[in-house]
Formats: sequence, structure tokens, C-alpha cells
Amino acid sequence: MSGDVTAAERVAIARHPRRPNISDYINALFTDFFEQRGDRLMGEDAAILGGAALYHGRPVTVIGTRKGRDLEENLRCRFGMPGPEGYRKARRLMGQAEKFRRPIITFVDTGGAYPGLEAEERGQGEAIARSLLEMSRLTVPVVAVITGEGSSGGALALAAADRVLMLENAVYAVLSPEGFASILWKDAGRSGEAGELMKLTAKDLKALGVIDEIIPEPGGGAHLAPAIVFRQVDEAVSRHLAQLSRERDLPGGRYRKFRRMGAAACQKEAL
Amino acid sequence: MSTIFAKRRARLLAMKSLREHYAPSGSTVTCPRCGRDSSRRAATESLYVCPLCGYHFPIGAYYRLSITLDHGSFRELFPKIPARDPLAFPGYREKLEAARRKTGLDEAAVVAAGTIDGRRCVAGVLDSRFFLGSMGTAVGEKVTLAAEYARRNRLPLILFSASGGARMQEGILSLMQMAKTSAALGRLDRRGLLYISVLTDPTTGGVTASFASLGDVILAEPGALIGFAGPRVIRQTIGETLPEGFQRAEFQMEHGFVDQVVPRNRMRETLSRLLRLHEKGGPA
Repeated sequence: MSGDVTAAERVAIARHPRRPNISDYINALFTDFFEQRGDRLMGEDAAILGGAALYHGRPVTVIGTRKGRDLEENLRCRFGMPGPEGYRKARRLMGQAEKFRRPIITFVDTGGAYPGLEAEERGQGEAIARSLLEMSRLTVPVVAVITGEGSSGGALALAAADRVLMLENAVYAVLSPEGFASILWKDAGRSGEAGELMKLTAKDLKALGVIDEIIPEPGGGAHLAPAIVFRQVDEAVSRHLAQLSRERDLPGGRYRKFRRMGAAACQKEAL
Repeated sequence: MSTIFAKRRARLLAMKSLREHYAPSGSTVTCPRCGRDSSRRAATESLYVCPLCGYHFPIGAYYRLSITLDHGSFRELFPKIPARDPLAFPGYREKLEAARRKTGLDEAAVVAAGTIDGRRCVAGVLDSRFFLGSMGTAVGEKVTLAAEYARRNRLPLILFSASGGARMQEGILSLMQMAKTSAALGRLDRRGLLYISVLTDPTTGGVTASFASLGDVILAEPGALIGFAGPRVIRQTIGETLPEGFQRAEFQMEHGFVDQVVPRNRMRETLSRLLRLHEKGGPA
């Protein structure tokens, strides 16, 4: 795809209703997927889908955000905006991956964590924070793929990974462009302008060192030729997992990876 | 010798905290909650808690440290870590300069080593006057350095949060500070060291969803707003008004996310007791 696609156009492609979703990726890349539900504390959150599966014949744990395909499923998944139960389920599954020595592959496509009354009552912030802390300590490899929108801490909670891969038209940011414009300028209508300034495209994020690899998409977006995208994602994920399986100190490497982020932006003094 | 340094440190901290005036100067202070006036002297004596209704005024980082640490023990750590403008965001540099001039701070976080009743600790404070205490790269870096310093020196860590969330102008790099600070606290935790998180008004967004929620012990000041999403966003989402007291410190305690709500005039002794309770080999 040519480089002259605007950030706003990429946001639209990233949100395209026919863009491949977590279920499509699971069907295309994995076999024997066994869905695991519930956080064992309070409930089940359909906005996060996860379980054990075979990847090229090897057991792995797959976790991702789910937006839903039709209105009924959209509503059930709150359009892919997880609540604390979703993040706690993800954490439970990561804990099992650690126990059974399974690599973890996450797929991120979310407008962010759900900003609701009950989500707050049940500790949305704590659930995300705990997910970030636990992910930092995993001794199994973790590869995250940002497939569509990756907005806010709600996306990061599944993406504090050894490798963060991103589809060419996916976007990843501190907030949606609408939310950003609304906070900064009190005008959600300026989202196009916000999108340009936010450095949310894969190319920008690669340059900033926030992501590790851009997975190319066919012209016009992944939904026009999903089979090609699945093949590209599969190739990249399996290559990174193979590299990571040779690493001796995954938590140490992961710590250094995130430790560097933004460190150069501040003047470092001698300790 | 050491008393000379201690005196100098005490004077430095007193000077820095004196520069901080939330309330407009004058002989009276008006409480924004009850609207009544108190004399400045009464306000100072009550550590900027309204003597009439108990409202906790926001206070500056150095003042917070001066009422928390032992007199003369304050030693600032990592003072020279100002944010730059990593995304070249229009207007950000000017705003940073203005905030620096207005507050006398380099960034929204101040970190210090010191003692509380003789027990050493590392204390960090977010100052809500500087970009609403939002977490950009410098705040993330300082919190991380504080956790690493505590780990290296085997000291307990106390962080006072007050934050509007992520620093919008630093975009995705702000977001990454959540992963960075949480991972640093994870390493502190693995060493068996104590981390006390104190939530003050307001603690929201990315700070709530990272280091502020990860304390072994979590304390909050009375009435502090604590949450991930802000009340305005939630109101828009659910389209109805929020219950009285929603997301306040007392609400968070009732819902299981805060150990104790501690008034400002009891905070120092509470922290002191916690340090005593977590001393290796039990209290002396």
C-alpha cells in the first residue's frame, strides 16, 4: 500500500466492519481452539475471547478483544470494549499459559476499556494495572498483534508483549482520535486533525520504537483479501515465536524493551 | 557536619514548599466546597484541610514531602528529568514552559529519599498543578527511577498520586509509561519490598490503571476522586446521572480497592506505622 494514505483513512480502514476479527484469526491460524470463559471471580466478559489452541501443532494460549460481527454480538461484546472481568480472565489465561509453558499470542482490536459505572465499581483501573504487572513477569514468550484499533490502556493491557506486531492499517494510540480531540480541544469533530498529530499509524510507531514490525496489507485494507493477511500474520508470528524461544531471559528482555520507551525523551542524569 | 546538611536540606524544602500557593495569597483562604473563609494561619495549621468542612485542598509536591518526611531528611532524587516534546506536538513546548514558570516545577513528579520517624524510604509525589499531574515520559521515567532506586537500596517506596491520566501531548509514549512503571513495581515486589500507594484528588486514567493501583497497601485522602474513566465520560456512556459519592475515596474503600481512607493530619503517622510493620525482623 502506498504511503500517502492519511491517518484518518487508516482509522476508517482499521474500524471497517468486515475487517478480519479475532475469530477469523483463530479459524485461520490455529486448530483445536478451546474457548475458556470467566474470570473465576465475578463473571464472564464476551469482549475478550481466549483459550488454548494448537499453533503449527504446538499448544499456545490465544487471547484477544472481540467486537462482534452483528448488532446482537456487538452489544454482547460492548463493541469490543472489555470490562474488568475481561482483563481478569485474560490474566487467568496468561497464568495458565505460564503454568503449562505455552507461548501467548494476543490479538488487539479495541476502542479501549469500557467506561461504565459497573466497570468502575469493579476496578477497571486495577484490572488493567494488574494485567500489565503480571505480563511483565511472564517467562513464556508473548507476541501481540494489533489488528485494528488499539486504544488506551484497554489495548495496552494485552500488548505489553515481547514483540508487538501491527497491521499496516491498524492504529494504536493513547486514546481514540475522537476522545483525544474532545479532551484537548473540547471538540470531537476535529478527530481527523488529531489523527494526524497523534502518531498512531504503524509507520510512526515503528519509528518511535513502540512496535517491532509492520505486517503489510493488500491495497485498500485487510478485508479485501483476508487470506493474504492471515498468511502474513502467520509468517510473522511464527518467526518471532521461534526467535523468542531461543531467549534465555524473557522477563529481563521485556523489562528493558519497555524501560527504554520515552527514556530518551527525558534528559538522563547520572545516577 | 551532618546537622549542617540536615539544616540546609530542611531550609531548601521549606523554601520550595513555600513557593507553592494553591489558594490565592491573602489573609484568608476560601474553601471551594463549603464556600466559607478560614484564616491562612488556620489553614496552614490544619495542613490545608478546611477546618470547617474537612475539604482537603490540593497541595504541592514539596509541601507534601515537607509534611511527610522527617525534618532535615529530604534529599531530592533525579531532579533534572524534564519532559521534552517527543512527538513535536504543536504548542506543547510553550505550554510546558508556561507550566514551569507558573509552578516552579520541572515536571509533574518529584521524587525524594528521606526518613519517616527515622525509617528510610523513597517518596514520590505527583503535583496536580503541573499539567493536572498527567503522566508523560518524564513522570513515567521518574516513577520508574524511584522504584529502581528503592529496589537497589532495599527501601520501601511511597507514591502519592494525583493525576488526570495520560499526557495527551506525548501520545503513545505516555501510554507506554503504564507498562514501564507497572513492570518496575513488579520487580520491586519480587524483591519483597513494600510499596505504599496513596491516592489523592484526583487519581484517574492511566495512573489509576498502572502504578497507583499496585500498592501492597493503598491509602486514600478523604473525598479524593479515584477512577479509570472520568465521571464525564461515564455519564456520556450510560446517559444518566451518577450516584452521590461515586468514585470517591470512601466509595473505592467500600468496593474493595482502598485499604483505608486517611485524613491528611493522620497520614504521616499512618505511613510511619506501616513502615514499622514492614521492617525486616519486626519492630525494634
